[in-house]
Amino acid sequence: MARVKLKRKKIVIPSRYILLIIALLCVAMMLLTFFTDAVSAPLSGIASITVLPFERGFDRLGERFSERMEELQKVRSLLSENEALKERVDELTRQNSALTRDRYELSELREFYGLSEQLENYDTVGARVIGKDPGNWFNVFLIDKGADDGLARDMNVITGSGLVGLVTEVGANWASVRSIIDDSSNVSAMVLSTSDTLIVSGDLKKMASNEITFEHLLDEEDAVAVGDQIVTSMISDKYLPGINIGFINSVDMDPNNLTKSGTLTPSVDFKHINVVLVIRELKAGKAREITAGESSENNRRGENRN
Amino acid sequence: MKRKIIEFILVFFCFIFQCTFFKTISLGGIVPNLMIVLTAAFGFMKGSSEGMFVGVIAGLFTDILYGNGIIGLFTLVYSCIGYGNGLFHRMIYKEDVKFPLMLVALSDFFYCFTNYVLFFLLRAKLDLFYYFLHIILPEMVYTVFITILFYRLILRLETALESDEPA
Repeated sequence: MARVKLKRKKIVIPSRYILLIIALLCVAMMLLTFFTDAVSAPLSGIASITVLPFERGFDRLGERFSERMEELQKVRSLLSENEALKERVDELTRQNSALTRDRYELSELREFYGLSEQLENYDTVGARVIGKDPGNWFNVFLIDKGADDGLARDMNVITGSGLVGLVTEVGANWASVRSIIDDSSNVSAMVLSTSDTLIVSGDLKKMASNEITFEHLLDEEDAVAVGDQIVTSMISDKYLPGINIGFINSVDMDPNNLTKSGTLTPSVDFKHINVVLVIRELKAGKAREITAGESSENNRRGENRN
Repeated sequence: MKRKIIEFILVFFCFIFQCTFFKTISLGGIVPNLMIVLTAAFGFMKGSSEGMFVGVIAGLFTDILYGNGIIGLFTLVYSCIGYGNGLFHRMIYKEDVKFPLMLVALSDFFYCFTNYVLFFLLRAKLDLFYYFLHIILPEMVYTVFITILFYRLILRLETALESDEPA
């Protein structure tokens, strides 16, 4: 008996040393995962067979729960939503015809400029949102499609109405998406009407009022106005060009009197995203198809923010 | 061993709960942090090593799924919280809920503050007061509220586990 006790005493390591070991391991892991992909692949593999099935199930459960709680309210809201959507359909149909006209003009102009077709129909795959990040600081969510469905890091995520975000991490059957309203997100965008480029950066402060900030808008002619549409720019590293982001809410001159900044309202309702589309094309792959002259222009502009 | 497995399962399900179900109970876009509650609770109930164990699991889950490609950061933060709470292991009466609540609130503040420093302050977002008022404080209050609800359960589980173990 005494021997057993002795043995047990020997094994106990003071917890501060354990903390030290954990800390060192963590730092090593951080460096390793930051510079290589060696560790994250097996770990995300573990995640996809353990956490994901449950997460999927629980998410359904949670959805059912909230649905049941709001059932009556939902019926009423659905009716009004239906009305609104019908109006929207009309509006969109009108818009669509205008766009078709523009597209015709555009293709003509493209031909004129000798540019290759860029805004073609992308190959997309639908995915369900199955989880949100656990804290309040970020806006990252999980979707239920992964490398098995041809997803890769840096792919663009959209909904019918516009840009949602970027795939940041991919497992076998899951991927995490950082939305554009996340505080650390920066999107190189442009004003559709004037082609002035700007940076759309998410801001935690603006999240409650459903807005995103933008900055570095160079608008010498003062042509950009409230209500102008913002789309992803041609010169972005990661975002495919021409995806709708939102509409300008306010524009202000910066203190430097050169650039402008302000806020825009995103087209996507980030509070109620359930299904998203992932574009299975990378901007990097796209860039290779574009002619050499254009890509050198991209380099010259030095666009390193994504 | 049995204790570790039960703790693992507990953290596992709480994590999934946190990521899926909690968005339906969020108030003003703020969700409470169940991981902090568990890590802190096991820390001051059983000691530093146990707190660190729970912290490491909670942190690893967060890192792998939501860590933006860097694994280890949240693991480190959570295990520090587990260790820190373990330091109060000998000082508190588990049955008295006031001191544990304070510890949970402090842990949550520590977690939020590290988050702020690492992901916001370093990107020159200096408005600490705003973030304190709109993110940190609501989360602390909500987390403490959740702790009041769950503390008895965790305590009961802990007592059951303890009575199961050889002295």
